[in-house]
Amino acid sequence: MTDELKNPNIPVPAELEGTVTITTLDKLYNWSRRSSIFPMIFGLACCAIEMICAASSRFDLARFGMEVFRATPRQSDLMIVSGTVTKKMVPQIVRLYNQMPEPKYVMAMGACASGGGPFKEGYNVVSGIDKFIPVDVYVPGCPPTPQALIFGLIKLQEKIDQQSIKSVPWYNSDAIEAIPIPILGPDLIDPRQGSQIAREMAVATEAEA
Amino acid sequence: MAAPATPNTETEVLSLEEKFAGIASPDTREGYEGYIIAADKAEEVVKYIRDDLGYDYLSSVTGVDYLEDDHMEVVYHAFKTEGGPALNFKIQTDRENPRVPSITHLYPAAEFQEREAYDMYGILFDGHPDLRRILMWDDFEGWPMRKDWKEAYYEAETKPFKNRWPGGDVYRIEANNPFNKNVVYPEGFNLNGYNPLGDKTLYDMLNQYDRGGSNLKTDQIVVNIGPQHPSTHGVFRMVVRLDGENVNALKPVFGYLHRNHEKIGERNTWLMNMPYTDRLDYLTSMCNNHAYALTVEKMMGLEVPERADYIRVLMNELTRIASHLWATGFLLNDLGAFQTPMLYLIKNRELILDFFEATSGTRMMCNYSRFGGVAYDLPDTLRDENTMDWLHEMIHERLPRGLEELERFLSNNEIVRTRAIGLSPVTAQEAIALGMSGPMLRAAGVPYDVRRAEPYGIYDRFDFDIPVGTTGDVYDRYLVRVNEIRESIKILKQCLRDMPAKGDIMSVKPGYTHKVPAGEAYGRGENPKGELGFYCVSKGKGHPYRYHIRAPSFINLTGLEKLCVGTKIADVVVVLGSIDIVLGEVDR
Amino acid sequence: MYGLGIIRGMGITLKHFVDTYVDDLRFLGKRYYDESSLKVRQGPKAAGAFTVQYPEEKLAMPERFRFVPFLLFEENEDGTTQDRCTSCGICSKVCPPQCIWIERTKDPVTKRPVPEPKDFHIDIDICMNCGYCAEFCPFDAIKMDHDYELSSYDRTSAHVFNKERLSKPVSYYASIRPNFFLAEEKVRAEENKKKAKQAEAKAKAKGGGKAKAAAPAPAAAAPAAVAEAPAPAAAPAASAADLDAAAKKKALAEKRKAMIAARKAKKGK
Ligand code: SF4
Ligand code: SF4
Ligand code: SF4
Repeated sequence: MTDELKNPNIPVPAELEGTVTITTLDKLYNWSRRSSIFPMIFGLACCAIEMICAASSRFDLARFGMEVFRATPRQSDLMIVSGTVTKKMVPQIVRLYNQMPEPKYVMAMGACASGGGPFKEGYNVVSGIDKFIPVDVYVPGCPPTPQALIFGLIKLQEKIDQQSIKSVPWYNSDAIEAIPIPILGPDLIDPRQGSQIAREMAVATEAEA
Repeated sequence: MAAPATPNTETEVLSLEEKFAGIASPDTREGYEGYIIAADKAEEVVKYIRDDLGYDYLSSVTGVDYLEDDHMEVVYHAFKTEGGPALNFKIQTDRENPRVPSITHLYPAAEFQEREAYDMYGILFDGHPDLRRILMWDDFEGWPMRKDWKEAYYEAETKPFKNRWPGGDVYRIEANNPFNKNVVYPEGFNLNGYNPLGDKTLYDMLNQYDRGGSNLKTDQIVVNIGPQHPSTHGVFRMVVRLDGENVNALKPVFGYLHRNHEKIGERNTWLMNMPYTDRLDYLTSMCNNHAYALTVEKMMGLEVPERADYIRVLMNELTRIASHLWATGFLLNDLGAFQTPMLYLIKNRELILDFFEATSGTRMMCNYSRFGGVAYDLPDTLRDENTMDWLHEMIHERLPRGLEELERFLSNNEIVRTRAIGLSPVTAQEAIALGMSGPMLRAAGVPYDVRRAEPYGIYDRFDFDIPVGTTGDVYDRYLVRVNEIRESIKILKQCLRDMPAKGDIMSVKPGYTHKVPAGEAYGRGENPKGELGFYCVSKGKGHPYRYHIRAPSFINLTGLEKLCVGTKIADVVVVLGSIDIVLGEVDR
Repeated sequence: MYGLGIIRGMGITLKHFVDTYVDDLRFLGKRYYDESSLKVRQGPKAAGAFTVQYPEEKLAMPERFRFVPFLLFEENEDGTTQDRCTSCGICSKVCPPQCIWIERTKDPVTKRPVPEPKDFHIDIDICMNCGYCAEFCPFDAIKMDHDYELSSYDRTSAHVFNKERLSKPVSYYASIRPNFFLAEEKVRAEENKKKAKQAEAKAKAKGGGKAKAAAPAPAAAAPAAVAEAPAPAAAPAASAADLDAAAKKKALAEKRKAMIAARKAKKGK
């Protein structure tokens, strides 16, 4: 532990060598966050099975302090979108994302969550969850093996390591806005696109006339 | 496999023709079988089929859209629980105003399947108690499985798409769409003031039942469990109405993982569907591959070499063990034995997956069967050990030891017994009527197993028992699964003993185009979850015209409400766990 | 006795707990971070905890393991490389989710196709790792990789693999799948021999040693026999792509219009 946290740039007087450890706040902050990521129990499809395998005894996420899968978004830091995102499911995913407290991270696990996957052409499939919520790490594969998933989690840890307590958005005074929840209408509707829909419709009627 | 009709059925089938001359006429189209029944008299005929002919088990109901012939068809497959081939009957209707009488009151198993046909094709079933969309949401526009309905990402009628080669100019298909999302807005759509139906019809339906309740004046509350809930085994949603702690109405909601297997499947070539079947019940991809290969082999009249058949059995039974281990582990999770038993059981599953990985290349999505055999022979070594030695160690030592441990660990655990014994029992008649299959059906005391009832592959060569339960409660389902693991080990031992050491694994030259003669076929296999069926229609082209999946976990859920009403809310998750669903297959 | 079942169960948990320590003794403290003990720990004879200490130790991938395809190229002795792929298009035809895009090279003079892809794209956000492309490629030019550590922070730029990203040398293939490689090389060598013989027979039939000089093909690469034409490098593809962008946009706009019109037509009916 101390090795990770020691900051080599700060000189320590020789007589104190070995008795004190000096680190930066950022390092301590990031180290404690990345070593206890609580993922949410959030299995969508086939990839979820590999996620469970990664959490079980053979690959053992506990080695990274990530074994505590929380059932509620309000206690979790990481949403592993593990599987095909369907249109019917998107409103729920966005709602769950909004319910997660900051700092929160999203990982797109598998081809489906990243970009639609083999079912991309389907009428009920969304081509990638990043169309609706921001994604931090993408793990390709169909399904990614547990080791590939863990590699992705390590990448996420690296990302966390690079953040600085001074600039992270969640300590800013401006509130972070919730993402509007998509509506299940005649097809999936993203409320953020209201004006664009109206414009398209106008163009369509014009083209007809 | 080609199911020659036994003399017994023939006389009976004849009598159907005789009895209903002009109403039930044999299907004479090339490659088709069964009967076409006039819609107005259908009820009478179906009743006769069930009561007098003895086809008490309705397996599959599905729609087919014959666009060129300008009609739609509802296809039914019924079986006898004593065994034997299917009786296949159809009701035709026009495309403009498709109406067909519902047979839900005769065969409750049809309830969800008719709803699915309505959802996908817009076929109205007269007399259906609860005809709502099932996989899509209520406000959705269009009947997606109709041949003339095109989705937002529509590229061409069939694969391969022309623009991939030789001028392959890479693009993301969402760029095709004005909104960069695969969304289609209907004409004149205006978001302002748009008011979707949402779940209104669902709640209306739920509140329509009045099952009394206690004498106390209590308010009934509606609780949504899922789609994101740790014990729904995926994105499954149940809406329950509670009276105190007692469940007095329950409606499952499907479709959160509806991935359009069938629509995509009808665009794919026959072979391309193989890896897609992996993703149906993603815990049992080997069995899915096998069942699909069986169906197409049936249509093409292909034989399978002996060694390939043995390998398939080997894979099937290992899959069964892996799947039952998983199911049992998660059932115990739901029962409150959080994690520990599951972790122990997954250990052996991991080892089985190692074998799959070494043989087929991936742990889960094996894509292993081919029409006429299997893709690869067994590998020589597995983790630097001779594969046969590894298998021997596994089948003769490790798995039996694991099974024994499982039994000692849990079967007599007082907490498990108190929770599970007597919970949501189901009788044999009910189980048959509700179309349950697999361990669900057998736990209710019906010794029905496709491997026995209509043996496929080389299953007739093996000596094994069919474990059955007596009361059909949760504990029985657990025991049936545990005992099935034992029987699977028995089959595996025989398989290992008899498997020819060398031999062909393909009866034909491997190829990627397949000419499947025109006609229809219903192929099925005994999956760990129950009877997995594929109904395929070919028009003699390189791709299926109709590709329907009879998913066991989906149809097992038909009885969910019946199983749960009257239990406590805490038991609902246990009952669901004991059904052992996999959402990839439920929603397809 | 009530509770006996529970106690027995606890005995099993205890056994699992102790097993690891007993196993530790067996390996004399070398249980972890050791190749040979990892194999035993992951086999059917394993006892106790069987955790793989990934990233430090990695579970060996079996030879057949498949994860995202890659393209093979031959390394010639003179330092040049030669793609095995002839852009025959079979892999893009068999690919179930249709995630392979191949652009064929045209000879700038004769306008005839040259058996080498100009560019080759695989969208790994669609690829389902089914392995069909590798299975049906007649030239052993595309194979399934063992490299699963592909995570990235940005998919728009990183997840459509182009030819450059996909290409790996044959020697890499030989290192991840030695047995397959040897078997395939054997078949290829035989085929080459047969071809050479046929060519020879043809030449003889035509009469004279004149044609014979043209016959001998480079021994290793089968497609090389056809690939005599000048092979343009991948470099010009970039500028062409820029040029294409405008045209693409236009095509898309048209497509979109057509789609809207089609939908309308459907509605109207
Ligand atoms: S990426 Fe593959 S394994 Fe994962 S959910 Fe999609 S289809 Fe299933
Ligand atoms: S990779 Fe193989 S199949 Fe694909 S185009 Fe190249 S040579 Fe043909
Ligand atoms: S592995 Fe399968 S899905 Fe992926 S590129 Fe090859 S054929 Fe296509």
